[in-house]
Amino acid sequence: MQDTAIYDQLTDIFRDVFMRDDMTLKPELTARDVPGWDSFKQIEIIIAIEEKYGIKFHTRELDNLHNVGDLARTVRAKTAG
Amino acid sequence: MTNLAWLPTIADWRSSLGAISVEQAAWFDKVTSLANHNLDFIRINALDSLLKAGRDASQPKLKEIRLAVLGSSTLAHLFPAIRIAALRREFLVSIYEADYGQYWQELSDTSSGLYRFNPSHVLFAFDSPHLAAGVNATMTQQEADAALEDVQNRIRECWRLARAAFRCPVMHQTPLPVTTTVLGNNEHRLPGSKAGFIARLTHALRPMADEAGVDLLALDERAARDGLAAWHDPGLWHRAKQEVSPAAAPVYGDLVARIIAAKQGKSYKCLVLDLDNTLWGGVIGDDGLEGIVLGQGSALGEAFVAFQEYCRELSRRGIILAVCSKNDEANALEPFEKHPEMVLKRGDIACFVANWCDKATNIRAIAQELNIGLDSLVFVDDNPFERSLVRQELPMVAVPEVGDDPVSYAQTLADAGYFEGLAVTQEDRERGGQYQGNRLREALRSSATDLPSYLRGLEMQLVWRRFDQVGLSRTVQLINKTNQFNLTTRRYTEDDVLGVMRDNRAFGLQLRLLDRFGDNGIISIVIGRMGEADDLLIDTWLMSCRVLGRQVEPTTLNLVAKQARQLGARRLVGEYVPTKKNAMVRDHYAKLGFAVEHEAADGASRAVLDLAGFHAAETFIDVREG
Repeated sequence: MQDTAIYDQLTDIFRDVFMRDDMTLKPELTARDVPGWDSFKQIEIIIAIEEKYGIKFHTRELDNLHNVGDLARTVRAKTAG
Repeated sequence: MTNLAWLPTIADWRSSLGAISVEQAAWFDKVTSLANHNLDFIRINALDSLLKAGRDASQPKLKEIRLAVLGSSTLAHLFPAIRIAALRREFLVSIYEADYGQYWQELSDTSSGLYRFNPSHVLFAFDSPHLAAGVNATMTQQEADAALEDVQNRIRECWRLARAAFRCPVMHQTPLPVTTTVLGNNEHRLPGSKAGFIARLTHALRPMADEAGVDLLALDERAARDGLAAWHDPGLWHRAKQEVSPAAAPVYGDLVARIIAAKQGKSYKCLVLDLDNTLWGGVIGDDGLEGIVLGQGSALGEAFVAFQEYCRELSRRGIILAVCSKNDEANALEPFEKHPEMVLKRGDIACFVANWCDKATNIRAIAQELNIGLDSLVFVDDNPFERSLVRQELPMVAVPEVGDDPVSYAQTLADAGYFEGLAVTQEDRERGGQYQGNRLREALRSSATDLPSYLRGLEMQLVWRRFDQVGLSRTVQLINKTNQFNLTTRRYTEDDVLGVMRDNRAFGLQLRLLDRFGDNGIISIVIGRMGEADDLLIDTWLMSCRVLGRQVEPTTLNLVAKQARQLGARRLVGEYVPTKKNAMVRDHYAKLGFAVEHEAADGASRAVLDLAGFHAAETFIDVREG
């Protein structure tokens, strides 16, 4: 899948989770940059992505997510092929 | 299934949500309307944020439940779904969560936050790892038995403490079977197996809960049906100590809300059924008796039979059945009278409406004829147009998304939990027959030339009893669900009713009405209590609307006067407390000869009857104790 498609779809999910229509995702965006992005919101985001793509993140994968770029890369890798 | 599949989906979620401003007066109706859609947990969380902002700005005028959730792991992620589910049942919830794992301390300490919160409902939600913490595979049978006993006693003690402290209903979540087996198929042969321990505890909880009057939140059954993976994610347990996955929160919240609603008598009472392609395949008016698909011989025909059987089972436990069909009446009745495979018979249907009016109008007529609120009706129709019309015209009627395959109708109704029941009373079982009796009474009424001869012809008997254990659940049910003929609409728990039974300066009466067409069941409840200066205060007087116009009220007054005199009363004092639904009894006491002493601006009034000058009214009802 194209990166732009993944970013568009992730943006959609983030907008639902944070109820903000103006939110745009960039690779370097982290939880510290977004008010309200706590560990519970993180779980919401992950479950929403898992349901959207029909994938399941492994514990190590989740531990290695540091910004939106990591998230998009992991989604791309898990949906490839 | 862990989504709210029986609710309609919403196409334009974000713009619908964005269109709500909590500064507008209509914000709450809009939030409630969105809550009645199939929302996932993310949308529910968003809606809950809006609800919170709205309640901070202007508190809606709805009954508020104070729910304490006491558990041993993370539960806060389930609360938005509970609050939003409550909107579907027309109440508000404020939730208190004990500090992480501190439920025992909070229950034991009267200065704790829990006591300050003073809950009106308590839910215990213990995770399986916590419950099975004291068990391991080295244990002998004796040790494992002792461990089980110990956990059972701890749970009982929690229930006891909660009830003693807050005198409120208690709910208990059955454990999710998340612990893995170590022996295998015959896990039960390992005494100290955690999985076996949870299975035994789950089994034991049902009689324990019944004995203690606690209502269960049966997550074990949900997990069995949906698959454990739909409810529990081991990754999230390790990451966040969430035993119930947030993805299952929408259903969890609805399960909690429907139990609370049922406890207040707010379950749905009547199932209104379409006919063509709902109870049988095809269109009776076009296809004729031989052409409709029903019964053995085809999968479709059997699926319709199975759905009819489910409806009949609902009817047998007390749900009223009605028919609302666009048909000529004669055509609509034909299968009920002549089709050999019909499970439902005409006599199972309390109200049968088949004509060419729109369904919203007909559903209103059904509610009126059965004398029940529109908000107690569930309407099942395979036709999306009719569903959407009824939803729009009558938003208080529940209209499940049953789809167009009859194999799923029954499960959809069960999943939706409209008819959640906490006890089955004898009245519930007899209700079907009662509605049949009503039709015979109607026939007598039309043949009788005047009202007195009709009433005399009914050969009525009013059989009264003081409150007792046998009738307790019916008494509580009536107190909590009667809205129209209810002078004060005071809601009481079992504990409250037991309190009346123990009070020798008070009486609680349960009244049963019999006539030549059958037993109408317990139809009225009166609670009287001695007040100051030889006054007997009528705390509660309620009656089932289906016996209106039959002289039950004056006959009941005769009885109340007699009971009051036995307690030494000189006067009866009655109150009328107006609500949205009880305008029909505004003049109840005046009609019975009480003098209205005081009427407040809101319509509330107080009326007095001097017993010295009171003579029992003559009626056509025989009264006896029994």
